[in-house]
Amino acid sequence: MSVTTATGWTRAQAQPGWLTRLFDWKPFLVVVCLLPAVGLLTVFLTYPLGLGIWLAFTDATIGRSGVWVGFENFEYLMGDPLFWGAVFYSVFYTAVATIGKFGLGLWLALLLNQHVPFKSILRAIILLPWIVPTVLSAIAFWWIYDPQFSIISYLLVDVLGLRETPINFLGDAWSARFSLIAANIWRGIPFVAISLLAGLQTISPSLYEAALLDGSTAWQRFRYITFPLLLPILAIVMTFSIIFTFTDFQLVYAITRGGPVNSTHLMATLAFQRGIPGGQLGEGAAIAVAMIPFLVFATLFSYFALARRKWQQGEAND
Amino acid sequence: MTDAPATVARTTEVVAAATPEVQAKSSLAPEMMSWDSKARRMVTLYLPLTCFVVILLFPFYWMAITAFKPNAEMYDYSTYNPFWISSPTLEHIYKLLFETAYPRWLWTTMLVAICATFLSLFCSVLAAYAIQRLRFRGSQYVGLAIYLAYLVPPSILFIPLAIMVFQLGLFDSPFALILTYPTFLIPFCTWLLIGYFKSIPYELEECALIDGATRVQILTQITLPLAVPGLISAGIFSFTLSWNEFIYALAFIQSSESKTVPVAILTELVSGDVYQWGALMAGSLLGSLPVAIFYSFFVDYYVSSLTGAVKE
Repeated sequence: MSVTTATGWTRAQAQPGWLTRLFDWKPFLVVVCLLPAVGLLTVFLTYPLGLGIWLAFTDATIGRSGVWVGFENFEYLMGDPLFWGAVFYSVFYTAVATIGKFGLGLWLALLLNQHVPFKSILRAIILLPWIVPTVLSAIAFWWIYDPQFSIISYLLVDVLGLRETPINFLGDAWSARFSLIAANIWRGIPFVAISLLAGLQTISPSLYEAALLDGSTAWQRFRYITFPLLLPILAIVMTFSIIFTFTDFQLVYAITRGGPVNSTHLMATLAFQRGIPGGQLGEGAAIAVAMIPFLVFATLFSYFALARRKWQQGEAND
Repeated sequence: MTDAPATVARTTEVVAAATPEVQAKSSLAPEMMSWDSKARRMVTLYLPLTCFVVILLFPFYWMAITAFKPNAEMYDYSTYNPFWISSPTLEHIYKLLFETAYPRWLWTTMLVAICATFLSLFCSVLAAYAIQRLRFRGSQYVGLAIYLAYLVPPSILFIPLAIMVFQLGLFDSPFALILTYPTFLIPFCTWLLIGYFKSIPYELEECALIDGATRVQILTQITLPLAVPGLISAGIFSFTLSWNEFIYALAFIQSSESKTVPVAILTELVSGDVYQWGALMAGSLLGSLPVAIFYSFFVDYYVSSLTGAVKE
């Protein structure tokens, strides 16, 4: 009886077609599996990145492929106050919005980490601003910031009587800058809060109990337990947040389009304005390429400054 | 950041004075913070939480309420209470649906989002399986390279991509978007799925190998069914990201009828100096609804994919 099963087994084993054998050959399988993803990313991400850097050194315009002009685009931009304005506002916008997002987001995460009824519903509601398309919520903010019919002005002037005149949110440079930052913080809080909440929930309550028994104060528990254990996740979330805030485009384009008098241009919106409607592809690409050093610096800074502890301890990153 | 510790301090500063019994109780249920009085919890927890929720939701409330307000009420805060509608109207929505190409824009957005999601899911499943399970030499570096690809923002890529799209003859066609959206979807999905595959016991695959299954059978009959939650997370997340995408759709699409919703609202509905706030708000509301409904069904998957991707 055992003999019959054994022959059956060998016969089944001897039959696989060449296709099956090919798909069981590991190198082939690896190549087939990686090909779609790596191919798509190479063609539509790596190649354009290189092309963008090359374009920054040419004088390409729409409808005419440019010739190599060396650093001419960058030299021109160095003397362009609009470009420096955009650099300044990009850095300012990123710095203030990141501080705001992380301050408020961490606060919200700590609140949600306590015992609250309807926690899952609350979490769902809080994530909503992040789910809804940015442009659409930006349009809502645009209406909230309306010079004449702003609901905030209505509250301050007519209900609370704190001001005499409505606030001209988007009319002058600094109030427009801060209005955009407020909208960005509003949109960024949920992401920060929910990610940090996930980090908070991994911290074992027994650590707090031990600290309590040792007579620690609340500040000490935050400073020596919560904060250090939250640092790795904080570093990653902050890296992402800084990169996507610095290269933000939608919010500014939707609400002010760089106005009033170009005071709220970010580097991305300036690159778009020069490159696509303006037709100066080379110059637009140069502005976009000028963002790269800032991004690399911000990434390295937030990663190494914040993740240093984990890196020093030599924890396996698995 | 200064506010957070202050709150914690205020919440729990009684601790120092707490009696041993209270401390014993608190160690039984540490999340209860049982030394807190009701009033203190009210001020330090519920009040700020309510403020957060109100501020985070207010723009949506304002969007929804404006979409149903007649024009007369919208611009007259002294006779009508601006926070409520006295005579709701469907005028703006009617105008949007029947006098603009809104249904068409909605359809294009849906098509692009679904196609881009399936394309990226297909690529990511294979890539994640290869990186996590086939374990070839250098698989870690491929994983790292894909992770780094996620850090390249679209704002840097849109100008060269616009040129490529034009040269490939895809300009003004939905295919331009379907092919470029995976550049930010694949890195995200791959990274998420690597995490999910890692959580599936390797022994299951070994058993299947011993039983004579081929690699393809293992992937389709063992790993994928077990990774369904991960696939759903990656899928709905990709769908949301594609629905929200703006800069590529703005740069690659010219003709009015093949625009996506976010771009079309901003470029087609905003005309002249007088903004049609009612129509704009109705458009924003209708454009947000599909994602919001979708979201309400899959909240837990969203949260797990968000936190999962960050943790990996």
